[in-house]
Formats: sequence, C-alpha cells, structure tokens
Amino acid sequence: MKTSVIPAVILVAALAGASLHAAPATPAPSQSSEIDRLVFSRLEQLGIQPANPCSDEVFVRRVFLDVIGTLPTAQEARRFLSDANPNKRGMLIEQLLRRDEFADYWAMKWGNLLRIKSEFPINLWPNAAQSYHQWIRSSIRENMPFDRFARELLTASGSNMRKPQVNFYRAIRNRAPEGIASAVALTFMGTRTESWPAEKLAGMTVFFSRVGYKTTAEWKEEIVCFDLTKPPGSASATFPDGTTLKLSPVQDPRAVFADWLLKPGNPWFARAIANRVWYWLLGRGIIHEPDDIRPDNPADNPELLDCLERELVASEYDIKNLFRLILNSRIYQLSSAPADNNPQGEAAFAFYPMRRLEAEVLIDAINQITGTTEKYVSRIPEPFTYMPEEQRAIALSDASISSSFLELFGRSPRDTGLESEQRNPVPTAAQQLHLLNSSHVRGKLEQSAALRAMLGNSRVSGNVLDELYLAILSRLPTSEERGVVQAYQRASENRQGAGLDVAWALINSAEFQFRH
Amino acid sequence: MNTHTITRRDMIKHGLIGAAGLCLSGSAALRALAATRQPGRAAKAKSVIQIWLSGGPSHIDTFDPKPEAGVDYCGLYRKPIETNVSGMRICEMLPLLAKQADKYSIIRGMTHGSDAHETATYMTQTGSAPGGRLVYPSAGAVVSLFKGYDGGYQGQIPPYVTLTEPLGRFDEAGFLGTRYRPFATGGDPAQSRFIVEGVVTEGLTNKQQLERRELLHKLDRLKHALPRNPAMEAFVHSQDQAYDMIVGDGAKAFDLSEENDALRDRYGRAVVVQGSPSAQTTFGGRTTFGQCCLVARRLVERGVPFVTIKYPGWDTHKDHFAEMKRKLPELDQGMSTLLQDLAEHGLLESTIVWCGGEFGRTPRVMMEAPWNGGRGHWGRAFSAVVAGGGFKGGQVVGATDAWGEEVKDRPVSPSDLIGSVYELLGIDPEARLPNPDGMDIRVMPARAGGVPSNGLLREIM
Repeated sequence: MKTSVIPAVILVAALAGASLHAAPATPAPSQSSEIDRLVFSRLEQLGIQPANPCSDEVFVRRVFLDVIGTLPTAQEARRFLSDANPNKRGMLIEQLLRRDEFADYWAMKWGNLLRIKSEFPINLWPNAAQSYHQWIRSSIRENMPFDRFARELLTASGSNMRKPQVNFYRAIRNRAPEGIASAVALTFMGTRTESWPAEKLAGMTVFFSRVGYKTTAEWKEEIVCFDLTKPPGSASATFPDGTTLKLSPVQDPRAVFADWLLKPGNPWFARAIANRVWYWLLGRGIIHEPDDIRPDNPADNPELLDCLERELVASEYDIKNLFRLILNSRIYQLSSAPADNNPQGEAAFAFYPMRRLEAEVLIDAINQITGTTEKYVSRIPEPFTYMPEEQRAIALSDASISSSFLELFGRSPRDTGLESEQRNPVPTAAQQLHLLNSSHVRGKLEQSAALRAMLGNSRVSGNVLDELYLAILSRLPTSEERGVVQAYQRASENRQGAGLDVAWALINSAEFQFRH
Repeated sequence: MNTHTITRRDMIKHGLIGAAGLCLSGSAALRALAATRQPGRAAKAKSVIQIWLSGGPSHIDTFDPKPEAGVDYCGLYRKPIETNVSGMRICEMLPLLAKQADKYSIIRGMTHGSDAHETATYMTQTGSAPGGRLVYPSAGAVVSLFKGYDGGYQGQIPPYVTLTEPLGRFDEAGFLGTRYRPFATGGDPAQSRFIVEGVVTEGLTNKQQLERRELLHKLDRLKHALPRNPAMEAFVHSQDQAYDMIVGDGAKAFDLSEENDALRDRYGRAVVVQGSPSAQTTFGGRTTFGQCCLVARRLVERGVPFVTIKYPGWDTHKDHFAEMKRKLPELDQGMSTLLQDLAEHGLLESTIVWCGGEFGRTPRVMMEAPWNGGRGHWGRAFSAVVAGGGFKGGQVVGATDAWGEEVKDRPVSPSDLIGSVYELLGIDPEARLPNPDGMDIRVMPARAGGVPSNGLLREIM
C-alpha cells in the first residue's frame, strides 16, 4: 500500500526537502579552517564533491542534539532562526558548551564507556555508582583537563564510596591484572588488546599486578589500593611502545604507567581521545572504530588527526576547545544529503552522517514536547535509586536505573566499554510498534497539557502548526505540509484528534528520530 | 562454500547494514549471514517454549520430591504421587502433570553452583559463566539469530517473544545487540482483551490506523529527501514490519477470543486459598500464567521460534508453603494443558517445552526467624523439565542425594541443556556468533563460556 498511494504532493515535498539542506555558506571561524582545508583537500584528491552546507533549521537541531543531547524548544529554535547575526552559529555553540545539559549528556557518554552500573555484571552498588557518576559529571562541568581526568582515574586509591575515582578499577568485569590492563588500553589508548601479541599485553599487565581490592566492615564498601602484599608480576615491566624498565617494589606501578601514558609525545593518549571526540560529533572516527586503533587500521586522513591531536595538546587537553574547533568547522556543518554517490565519501567526511537518536535522548525529547515525565526504577531499593519525577534520562547516573522504553530502544547496557555498544543503528519492528501505537506514547500525546494548550479547540492552522513544527522538528512547515495537514483535518471529524495525529506523525517521522 | 550472492538489499533485510552500514564490522556481518546460509542440520524441533520460573522454584516441592528425608526437608508435601510412567514420582501438588509424564523428562542433576539471582539467571539462560568482557546472549537471542529473520523466518510476529515482561536480570541479547532482544508483549492475556503493547490498541479502528499511516507517509519529508540512504531504508523497513503487525494478521495471534472457553478454563483458574491448608480448594478467575501458555501455543502455531513465559513469584524466602499452595496448581493446570494442547495440535513433536528457573531452593526448610518456614537459594542442585521437539518423555536424568542437596548422579550444566536444545533445533554448534570484538565465538556455550560440559542430554534425545 505504501508505494501505491503517493499523491503528487509528496513529490513536491520531496523536492522541497532538497532546499532543507541548502543554505548560503557562513564563514567558519578561522581556527577551524585548518580542519576544513584538510578535509576538503582530501575530498578533492578523491574527486568527491562535498555536500552543501546545512541550513539554519538543520543546524540548530543538530547542534543541540550533538552537544547537549537535548532537543531545542520551540522558543529556542525560533530565537535562533530569527536571529540576523552572521555569527549566530558560533554564538550558539558557545552557549551550548556552557549549559548544564552538556555535563549531563557527556557524563552519560562517559558512564557508558566506564560502565557505571550498580548491578550485574558490573556490580558497583548504588551509592558507589552515584558518587562515581557525580565525580565524572563535575569533571566535565569544570572542563577538567583530560590528562588530569585520566591520571586521577588511573592512580586512585581509597574507598569506593569516599574516593569516587577508584570505581574505575571496580567497574571492570575481569579484575585480574590482565583484565585491568585491557580496560585501560581500551579506555585511554583506544585499542583492543585482543589484537596485541601476547608479550605486549603481558608487559603492560605488570603495571596493574598489584591493584588490591579489600572489603571493610561497612556494607558494600570496597577499598581499591596499591597492595604491597601482592607480589609484583615481574621485576620489570614493558610499556606498549616496547620500552622496558625495572620497577621499585615500593612504588605504585600504576603511577609509573600514568607518567608514561600522559607524557607529551606519547603515541596513544592524545590520538585516542582526539579521534574519539571527532567520532562523537561526526559519527565516524578518522581511525574507525575509534576504540580499535592498530597498525593495520590506518587513519583515513592522518593529517586531520595530527591536527586535532596538536590542537588538543597545545590547549593542555581542553576537551571543550576541541569540541569548539570541530563544531565551528564547515565540515561539521555540511548537509546530510551527499552531493556525490562515491562510496568513499562517508569515510572522507563528505557529508554529515545520519544517526538515530539514543534511547535517552529520544525519550527526553518526547517528554519535552509533551510536557510529560517518565518513571525510572532500579531493582535495588536503596538510597540513590529513587528518581524524582522530573528526572531526565540523559542525567541518569546508573545503568541499573532504567525503564522499559530505554531497554527497548537499546540504551547502552554498559557491559563492555566498547563504543559500538552505544550504537543502535538498525530500528526494530518492536521499537516502531512502540512509537507508532503503544499506550505509553499515545498516553503521553493524549494527556499532554502542553499539546492541548498549544492545539486548543480550533483547527490546527497558521501559528499553531508553526508552533507544533518548531517544538518537534525545530523548523517551520512548508506550504505543502500545511496543505497536507489541512486536507487531513477536512477529512477528520475530530478536530482535536487531528492536531494530535499531526503531532503523532511528526514524532514518528525519520526527520524526528534521526540526527541529520 | 557459499554460492549465494549477498546483495545490499539482503543485507538491509537482514538488518546487517545499519546507519551507514556500520552496525557490525563488515566481516562479522558477512560471517553471520554466511552462518545462516549453511545447510541446516536435520532439525527435529522448530520452536521452543520456555517456561521460566523466575526467582527459582523449589526442586523438592516440584519434580524432585524427597519424602524419606523427613518433615524438616519436605515440609507440607510428604506424599509424592506416581505418574503415568512407573517409578517416576513428582510432588502431590502436580496431579495433572502426573498424568502427562510420558510426554516429558525430568532432569534432576541441574547444577551451576551460584546462589545469586543475576549470575544464576545469566548462567541458566546463556549457558556461559560470568566474567570476561562480553555479555553472552540468552538462548532465545541465539535462536532468534539462527531461526529468526536472518534464518528465513517470514512471520509477522517477532521471532523471540516474552510473555509478558522481559527477564530483567541481564540484557538478553548480550553482545548480539538490540535486534535480537525479545519482544515483550506487556498486557495481561487473562484480561477480557489482551492488550499487546504497540500491537493491539483500544480506541483506534483499522481505518483510522491506515489514515494515520498515510498522514505519516506524507509528512515524513526526510524519508523522501534521502530515499537511497541505507539507514533510511532500514527505518522504512522496520515501520512496514510494525504495520504488518498492527493492521495485518500479527495482532490476531494475540486474540484469545478465537479459542473456546472450555479450553481457556482448562489452562487454569486461580486457587482461592481459604486460610488453613486443609480447607477446600476453590477456583477463581483464569490465571495469567495459564493464558500465557495458551498464547504461547498460538505463537508456535504461527512459527515463532522462541517464546519465553516469564512466570514470576518463585523466590519464596518466607511463607513458602502458602505460596506453593497457590502457585503449584497454577503451574500444574497451565503446563499440563499446554503439553496436551500442543500434542492435540500436532505441535509437540516440533516444539520443545523447557520448564525451570535459575536455581533450586534450600532443601531443608528454614524454620528460624525471619524466614519462619521459607526456603533460600540453592544453585548446587535443581531440576528442569523438558518435553517435545525431539526430547523423549518419561525419563529421569540424574539424581540428587537423599536430601536433595547435592547432585550425586549425572550432573547437567546449563550449557548441556542449552546445547541439546540447539542441536534439536538444528543449529550448528560450530557456527560463529558475530560480536563487537570480532572474536571467534562459537554457538556452543560450553566452548563459548568456559563452563565444564558434562555432555549433551543424549539419553533423552
């Protein structure tokens, strides 16, 4: 049925869709121009035409979702769209980097990578998960230099409840020294030790051979420490670059490792995080997967990665600065409609790749539009697992505090620390059933005081439709879309219901469910 | 080896191309597809119905009675009954199942040693041991990989269904990812209408559904602007699948009004407990568990390869016997009618029924406070029941000691049971499971998870 009943209006809408992705180019801030130069010259070398710059409508929605995991409100979208300042994109980027939701959203991402989960199989326990999350969130909020962030986690000792950073060592399923070394390599070197020769992993394992775990008389307390009573795995240890050194028996070898990792010029550390940040914002690593860096998986554009790495080190590991550089680049601001069918275009960043919204971002967006809330529960009825009614999903601390929606939509289970665990590329029929037809989502629409106030009792037309579109799709409707809605309302007996049906349709559209 | 040409269309259909084709590394995707294209082994079973007694049922009070151990162990149930298979005795609270014993076998040597719900659920559902970086998929997710849409299943109902809630103890799909998660129906089939979340909606007619679908189609501008994008194709495909359920035949599978009332009643009515244990048993409304069993039969009839009935409430630390008085008749009515009904529909030969929980319960009744006659967790020895799909009936595999505390004969690991189920389904134990690390992981959980194998259940296959 779906292909047989396409009226002419669709074709018109499809053509209008092209204009959605075209806009006059705004000049990029100069510090980002190096990124542009390197990507455009690679595209030229490959003979690939880059996509057009994205429109303001696309940009406002994209940058809100990418930077703070939050949909712009109708008011925020309108304000940006009507702003005549030629630097408005750069100004919006600055505002977003300062928002509280920036810390919420990126603490969620780091929570996925660092596996913050109070129950099986990570078993951090609620109060430890909570304190760990809080530490990560405030580090992001304060924009802690990333080398310090890594050092604090790698060298932490103390109680899981009083020294949040030690939970880095507790959130590792395999706590044998080899398992710890693998987790460290994955997190901070962006590499999987499964691809290493055995001697290389054995050499690095020695640095983590004296991590001790001790319980105390307090319920669920655990101390992580440098355990002098444990025999060092070996008198000498070997860094992943092949350098061997003798370890002093009274020195915490984790600190020795951290010194090596964070030393200027270390080939892994800055590279791994620069590549990750690019991956987070552009949907694909310059080395891809971003946690599978190895000699036989080369960067598509090595100069670009070098450039990001240099900028990061020069700014003393200022992560927000790296965000700023990338977000202000013309590359980030390309349309998601490729100008060219060259299959190499994606790896060379010829366009912005479409990606689905994460489970947390999706439910928060639906709640924002409808003004409704969600109940999040944990299986463990402990303090710290009861969530207030207004709780946003991106700000949840602990993967064990969840809802059936989050599970259905593929929230990261926080089992492995792999980036791929957070991706949820293929929609399932069960997910679509839920959005199209569940009592949960229907209830949110039907009981929404916000939508009722917006739609009122009259026909959905003019300003009302504008508001609805701005709230859901962050843009105004086209004249074709107005026509479709008017025709639908004429055919429907229930005017109130027709407005909700339009809201329902927009929420179920690909335009809503994808970053684009 | 494999002469099929794998087209991009195939890849999308099989969900192996995700947003920008990155959901699995290309080679893993190809491997998974190749695995499903291998000529199937001779399969005796087509479907599995797993009756999951969540919380861990007492083995002594169900399928492994120990009357000789005395009242300290048996509590109220000291007179096990003979079944229709001579020498096979089960708890006196299961008289209807006693008449069906020729259809099923009891495995009394189940063991894994864990007394924690999460770990034990993980072990019994996946067959692997915890530890390492990866979380392994449950048996249902593995069956859904090989016998679901990637394995030629064409049904409108998702290939792995749980009635009515997910297991909830771990991520059932494990490293296989969201695509292989079970579809949890929600709702309650014992209500006058079984409202399956997302499929059956009250207050919307089919005509309205179709009108709304057309509106959505017209308004989805990005869909029309980027028609050839693989992520978009996958999106459109999943929405079409969803509509096949909503306005197609899928929803009918859940419509129990198509069944006759007498049969629906036979699947079980709730026991009304009248105070003292000696009071006469009376029955109330139809039980959710029983109606779930009926839905499971209807799903299997439509070719759904894996159905889990999550039957909660077996974690009876306190008030154990009062709870058993309610639950055992429910289990007895529901499961015995399911076996009979499957057999009458000619489905039992091709359907494995697997009943069990994550562990057993403390054989010696805990009389001390605060339990006051409860039973704790017991992972050292417990029972499982299997029927149909190539499993022989009327057999007892293994045995526990005189008190039901240790396995004394023929221990069976969860991986042995799951491996036997895979073999009956014709899933190649050597096939690879796609995983994010690109590691060489095989289907057979004994090899995958490092749990020692005591051998497949050859004696009853």
